[in-house]
Amino acid sequence: MGMKTEEKLIIKGKRIDGRKPDEIREIEMKVGVIPNANGSAQVRFGNTIAIAGVYGPRPLYPKHLQKSDTGILQCRYNMAPFSVDERISPGPSRRSTEITKVTRLALEPALFLEEYPETVVDVYIEILQADGSTRVTGINAASLALADAGVPMRDLVVALSGGKIDDTMIIDLCGKEDNYSEADMPVAFLPRRKEITLLQMDGMLTSEEVKHIIKMILKAGEKIYEKQKEVLRKKYKE
Amino acid sequence: MRSEYILKLIENDERIDGRKMDEFRKINVETGCIKRAEGSARVKFGKTDVIVGIKMEIGEPFSDMPNMGVLKTGAEFTPIASPDFESGPPGEDAIELARVVDRGIRESECIDLEKLCLKEEEKVWEVYVDIHIINHDGNLIGASALAAISALKTTKIPKLEDDKIIRDKLEKKLPLLHEPITVTVGKVSDKFIIDSTKEEEEVLNSKLTVAIMEDEKICAMQKGGTDRISFDDIEKMINLAIKKSKELRKLL
Amino acid sequence: MIETREIVLPGEILADVKEGRPGHGTFIEDGKIISKFLGIPKMGEYISVIPLSGVYIPKRQDKVIGFITGIEKVGWIADINSPWDAFLPLSEAVDEFIDFKKTDISRYYDVGDTVYATILDIKRGSIQLSMREPMARKLKGGVTIKITSSKVPRLIGKEGSMINTIKEKTRTIIRVGQNGVVWISGEKVDKAIKAIKMIDEKSHILGLTDEISKLLSD
Repeated sequence: MGMKTEEKLIIKGKRIDGRKPDEIREIEMKVGVIPNANGSAQVRFGNTIAIAGVYGPRPLYPKHLQKSDTGILQCRYNMAPFSVDERISPGPSRRSTEITKVTRLALEPALFLEEYPETVVDVYIEILQADGSTRVTGINAASLALADAGVPMRDLVVALSGGKIDDTMIIDLCGKEDNYSEADMPVAFLPRRKEITLLQMDGMLTSEEVKHIIKMILKAGEKIYEKQKEVLRKKYKE
Repeated sequence: MRSEYILKLIENDERIDGRKMDEFRKINVETGCIKRAEGSARVKFGKTDVIVGIKMEIGEPFSDMPNMGVLKTGAEFTPIASPDFESGPPGEDAIELARVVDRGIRESECIDLEKLCLKEEEKVWEVYVDIHIINHDGNLIGASALAAISALKTTKIPKLEDDKIIRDKLEKKLPLLHEPITVTVGKVSDKFIIDSTKEEEEVLNSKLTVAIMEDEKICAMQKGGTDRISFDDIEKMINLAIKKSKELRKLL
Repeated sequence: MIETREIVLPGEILADVKEGRPGHGTFIEDGKIISKFLGIPKMGEYISVIPLSGVYIPKRQDKVIGFITGIEKVGWIADINSPWDAFLPLSEAVDEFIDFKKTDISRYYDVGDTVYATILDIKRGSIQLSMREPMARKLKGGVTIKITSSKVPRLIGKEGSMINTIKEKTRTIIRVGQNGVVWISGEKVDKAIKAIKMIDEKSHILGLTDEISKLLSD
C-alpha cells in the first residue's frame, strides 16, 4: 500500500495476469510432503508457494507453558530468504511475528485441543516463493497439514485475500496487485458455517465495499475447500 | 469466580463498573506532556494509561518512495504497566499493537509525507511514533491510537541548520491531511462491548479493531481473539465502531 | 482403481442426530453428527470415525509396548509412543518386598528395556502402567516398529486372523501394542515387517487381506 502506479491494473475487466476480478489463480495442493512431520502439505496459488509441517500433539516444554485442561497451538510463519526479489535476512521480523499471531488465531478455533492436555501442536509454515497473499496460502497449507496429521478438527480452514484495484473489487491478489492495491484484505474461515477466524485490512474502503469483498471471498473460497477435500481424499486412493 | 460473574453480567447487558454496553470509560487526553519530544500525548481510558511520544529524525527514504518522509511506529509493553508484562524485546502483542496503530496512520495518509522530503532519494524527515504503556486495564489499541493521533496533531518539526537538528527551535506543525480514529468492538457470547477493561478482555471471545476516517471510510481492520465470527457479526461490529468513532473524534 | 472404503474429512456431516449416537471421532453441531478426522466412518447404532493418522491416546486397560527411559526412586518412566510419558510404579512391577532406599531398582528394569504392559490408570496428567497381567513381560531381543495406533485393529484382524496369518507364514512371535508399537522376533522378521507396514499404509483398502496373503506367499 502507499505505492502508486501509472500503470492500469485492470484493462477491460481483465487483470494483469488475464484473470477476472473474482477469479483465483492456478491452485496446486499436495499432502504428506514432509515424511518426518506428523502431517504436512504444500500449496501453490499462482507463483506463491507455501509448505506447512505439523508436529504433535507432543509434549510441551518448558512445563510452565503447559495447560492442564487443554493442548496449545504454536505457530511459526517464516519467509525463506530466497522467496522474494530482494533477499530477506533469515529470522523473525516484526511482520512475520504479527502474521504468526494472526495465523495461530485463524487455525486455533478449528481444533479440538481439549483432548490433549499438557501437549502442544506445532505448526510451521515456510513461504518458499512469494507473489502476494502469502499468509492465506500458508493457512490453506496448515489446514491440510493438520488434517493430514490426524489432529481433530471441527472443519478445514479456508483462506483467501481480497482487495480493490482501479476501483474494482478483486480476490486473490498477486504480488503486484498487493503492492499497488487500494485495499488488501486477507480472510480465513471455517467453510461449513462460514465462520471467520482471520480478518485484516489495510487501505481505504467504505463499509459496503468491505462487506462486498468478504462475500466474494466466502463464495470463491468454496473452490479452495473443494480442492482441499480432493487432495486429502487422494492421499488414500491409488 | 470473578470472570464468570463478569460474563454473567455481560450476558444480561450489564457491566461490572455499571457502564452501558457501548459506553466509554472516562477519557482523559493531555498533549505536550513530554517536553523533550517533538510531540506527545498521554491518554487515559479509565485506568488504562498510555503515553505516545513523537520524535523527528533525519534519515533516508524507502527506495520505492524516494520523495516521501518515513513513518515508524513502535510499542513497548513495559513491565510497570501490568504483572503480565515481562522485560525484554517487544513480544507478539506489542508488535501487533504497533503495526495496527501504524496502519491506521499510514493507510489514512494522516501525515503529509511528501512535505517531509528534504532531498529526493537522499534525505527525509522520519516520524517516530513510540507507544509506551503505563498501566494496562484493557483497550490498549484504542488508547494508543487516540494518543498517537493526539500527539501527531501537536507535533512540531524542529529547525534544520546545515543538516543539524536544532530541537529547541520548533518551527512548523507536522503537516496532517487526515485524522483516523480507531475503535475496538469486543464480542462476548452474542453481545458487543466497547472499551473493554482488562478483566473483560479475559472473557472476550473475539474483537474487531477498525480504523475510521472522517468520511466513515475504513482504512484498517484487525480481528483479534480466539473465536469465530459470522458475517452478520462483522457487519454489526463495523457499524458500532463507526458510530462510536464520532464520540472519540470530538476529543481531538 | 482399487476400491477404498469411503473416506470422510474433518467437518464432514455424517448423519442427523436422529439417525444414531455420536461415537469416537465425531461431534455434534446444529443437530448433525460430524467427523473430527480424516478417516473411515463406521455407521451403526453409534456413528464413529477411525482416524487414518494421529497420535496414540492412552486408554485404561490397553496393552501397550513401552520403552523405559528413566528410573525414579519408586518406579520407572516409559515412552509409550504417545504425547505423554507413562509411569510404571514399583508396586506394579515387582512382587517381592523392596527397600527402595537400599536397592538399585535398575536390576529389574533398566533404561532401554522394552516392556509389554497394561495401562492401569489414567489420572490428571499421569498414566500408570502395570506388569501384573499374565501377558506382561520384558521383551528381549527382537525388533520393534511403529504404526499408526488406529490401524492396530486392522493389523490384528477379526479374532486375530490377520496377525496369526502373518505369524504363521513368517514363523515369528509378534506382540502388538494398542499404542501402535509392534514387537517381532523369529525367522522371517523382514517379511513380517513388510506385511505390517503394508497394513499401516493400506488399511483403508478392500482386498488388503488378499494382498497380504500374496506378499507372505512369495
